[in-house]
Amino acid sequence: MKTLVYVAHDNVHLGDATLATVTAASKLGEVHLLVAGAGCGAVAEAASRIAGIGKVHVADDAACEHQLAENIAPLIAGLMTDHDAVLFPATTTGKNIAPRVAALLDVMQISDILSVEGERTFTRPIYAGNAIATVESSDAKLVITVRGTAFDKAEAEGGAAEIAAVASTDDAGKSSFVSAELAKSERPELTSAKIIVSGGRALKDSATFENIVMPLADKLGAGVGASRAAVDAGYVPNDYQVGQTGKIVAPEVYIAIGISGAIQHLAGMKDSKTIIAINKDEDAPIFQVADIGLVADLYQAVPELTAAL
Amino acid sequence: MKALVPVKRVIDYNVKPRVKADGSGVDLANVKMSMNPFDEIAVEEAVRLKEAGQIDEIVVVSIGPAKAQETLRAALAMGADSALLIETEEAIEPLAVAKMLKAVSGEVEPGLIILGKQAIDDDSNQTGQMLAGLMNLPQGTFASKVELEGDHVRVTREVDGGLETVRLSTPAIITTDLRLNEPRYASLPNIMKAKKKPLEIKTPADYGVDIAPRLKTLNVSEPPVRQAGVKVADVDELIARLKAMGVA
Ligand SMILES: Cc1cc2nc3c(=O)[nH]c(=O)nc-3n(C[C@H](O)[C@H](O)[C@H](O)COP(=O)(O)OP(=O)(O)OC[C@H]3O[C@@H](n4cnc5c(N)ncnc54)[C@H](O)[C@@H]3O)c2cc1C
Repeated sequence: MKTLVYVAHDNVHLGDATLATVTAASKLGEVHLLVAGAGCGAVAEAASRIAGIGKVHVADDAACEHQLAENIAPLIAGLMTDHDAVLFPATTTGKNIAPRVAALLDVMQISDILSVEGERTFTRPIYAGNAIATVESSDAKLVITVRGTAFDKAEAEGGAAEIAAVASTDDAGKSSFVSAELAKSERPELTSAKIIVSGGRALKDSATFENIVMPLADKLGAGVGASRAAVDAGYVPNDYQVGQTGKIVAPEVYIAIGISGAIQHLAGMKDSKTIIAINKDEDAPIFQVADIGLVADLYQAVPELTAAL
Repeated sequence: MKALVPVKRVIDYNVKPRVKADGSGVDLANVKMSMNPFDEIAVEEAVRLKEAGQIDEIVVVSIGPAKAQETLRAALAMGADSALLIETEEAIEPLAVAKMLKAVSGEVEPGLIILGKQAIDDDSNQTGQMLAGLMNLPQGTFASKVELEGDHVRVTREVDGGLETVRLSTPAIITTDLRLNEPRYASLPNIMKAKKKPLEIKTPADYGVDIAPRLKTLNVSEPPVRQAGVKVADVDELIARLKAMGVA
């Protein structure tokens, strides 16, 4: 089978999510990559060095600059005459574009796969990860999004693939990019952090979140996450949200502070290697999944912990 | 301008789903069902646009079992004007749903189609984007803000790195994220009024859409269960554990 992997990038850097997607694709067959962007030569170069891949297709065109689904989907649909499967990282960009491609190809997408069980058989989470479905596709082409935490990362170096330009389709003229407000943080990105410290509704307000959660995260070199309740209440921006409808993370250590452990939150972090929970309610559901639980008032326990590290 | 809002009847978000012992699926017998939370947000957004005088009429549509009439009535009670049920007891995949919604859109001719970004049962996150692809319309997915500007709509999207704003020509497809709005509770008088609003019932065959599934579910299983670990007595013991793990 010949597969095409959609490369995650911002026209400058190759996104880490690409590497797990390459691993998933390599279980199906030969792996080609697509870099669609503008002024994205450095990304194409980086992509060509990923170990074990066949070829890098590059659509370097103004119409691709912001990876608008209206412009990218027809491009990919066109490339599918030569490929049997297209795999996207399950990032917001991947999730935005993939179903549009599936519709153009008249195939049913397989979302958020956890494993490759055969040429057309995959497992995927349903019901916020409370059930795992094994599904088999009967479509001629496969359109797939890949859960990054479920696959090892391919080696970023070692390959020397050919880079080939492909013609972009024209700007569809239906949508335009206006602006982006992207969070800048010195802390590790959530989806690749080894340690994550997450705060919940109990943190009261953004200043309290900043004063309690951030110092602990900084001591541990950790990424910072949050529950939906904390994001909705404005303690931290939306890109901190971990859960069924936020980010899916699986760090070595996940520290949940003042988070009750609703199923929607657990869906995003229960594959973490070690879960540590600090909560004053000994019956909080988070303790049912925590490897180490501390029943305590976070306002005492967390500063004490931070000071002692 | 009209708005079309598709809604799905799903397991209530407070219920913990249980996998059937025979691996055929999730047990939905005697389980509380509700409108998919993201679809509630979609209905609310349409109602707010109507209250602001930017939308004239809201049509809600559901593709699902006879019981989905309750879901449609709930949307009517929130402020939608009329409802359509495309009745089927089969499980319908997003691709077939999108095809039916395309056919419905041909009749309704909406300027905005507002959908939830995902249903909390199959977690597919596909239907809106597929519909946009099938209809060759622009899409503003994972919206946390929607502003109509004449024949365009400005959509702020929740993306992995933060927020992104796009401008789309109408007709356009929008899918909702959690922070777009907080859906209202329907008042009793509005619930009574909703009972008299029009609710039409059709079948997939009326739209000539092939609903045969493309994905075969071979098995549904429980995820590996995590065992609860230990409770530590105090911060000192927690630090000792962290040290033992090499974290501190
Ligand atoms: C469609 C849908 C999607 C959702 N998606 C997500 C998602 O992706 N991610 C997500 O997180 N949620 C999601 N939710 C929301 C989820 O259901 C919960 O409401 C949310 O996770 C609760 O956040 P929380 O644990 O911070 O708040 P709460 O449930 O209010 O818990 C606060 C906890 O803090 C503890 N506490 C309070 N004070 C202290 C103190 N001084 N010291 C120690 N502990 C204290 C309490 O005991 C309690 O356990 C979703 C909901 C819906 C309907």
